[in-house]
Amino acid sequence: MTARIGVVTFPGSLDDRDTQRAIRLAGAEPVALWHKDKDLKQVDAVVLPGGFSYGDYLRAGAISRFSPVMETLIDQAKAGLPVLGICNGFQVLTEAHLLPGAMLGNDHRHFICRDQKLRVENATTAWSSEYEAGQEIHIPLKNMDGRYVADERTLDELEAEGRVVFRYLDFNPNGSLRDIAGITNAAGNVVGLMPHPEHAVEPLVGTGRTDGLPFFTSILKKLVAAS
Amino acid sequence: MARVVVDVMLKPEILDPQGQAVQRALPRLGFDGISDVRQGKRFELEVDGPVDDAALARIHELAESFLANTVIENFTVKIEEPAVGAEK
Repeated sequence: MTARIGVVTFPGSLDDRDTQRAIRLAGAEPVALWHKDKDLKQVDAVVLPGGFSYGDYLRAGAISRFSPVMETLIDQAKAGLPVLGICNGFQVLTEAHLLPGAMLGNDHRHFICRDQKLRVENATTAWSSEYEAGQEIHIPLKNMDGRYVADERTLDELEAEGRVVFRYLDFNPNGSLRDIAGITNAAGNVVGLMPHPEHAVEPLVGTGRTDGLPFFTSILKKLVAAS
Repeated sequence: MARVVVDVMLKPEILDPQGQAVQRALPRLGFDGISDVRQGKRFELEVDGPVDDAALARIHELAESFLANTVIENFTVKIEEPAVGAEK
């Protein structure tokens, strides 16, 4: 049976269709989920896509975190459901405390859009197993509130437990502490990152590379192995 | 009706680029002697009925769970007393 991966659309989500397309290209079945529905339609994994949900009012991701769909998702993520948060999705995951720390405005106060080099630090999570640890990849990045912060103790804990999954290389685009681009929870099923793998899945667009596709093949491989 | 004000500020150790941008503009505008600016948020809540301890506790809960992100922000809650003899 084909793996079913849900993609939540919040009011203001922009990249939900690109994410559905990336899932389809990886060989899984994308399932559209609406933020007002508590029902996750029995999907095997969920992606919270990029965008500007609720206009980023209050704080990025803060209002979405209280959407009905998140009530169910928070419980299920804690029970092991694989969840990937991309950009605004990452912000929602920190606001929901499924991932530690918080996202703040870029230190230079500008929106930024560029091809970003990253190093894969942890290739054992549900969403990164098709990479190799230490691998360098190029993925598009676009954000206004991409500065990852956490207190020193949390940062040390993340480093010690190998929970920094992706790190910015050559250039820190937003002032994120310790060049952190993406992290995981202790169980490795919840991953959040600022750059956009769903925009790098076809050679014709974006960076011209398909460095983002392994996110979606990683989860597919995990789900197929589990079934 | 009463008004409760929730002030939210980034914690002191968190970099505040907005405040810095404002601070850097001050000398250009002729304001000297201001060494630091930090920018926060103020929420004014119009509350139906009396603001008793229970209502205040609820607002405190609201501030802690939603209006502020306590990972990065501090907040204060206070009842705004109408000024004595205030016009309008």
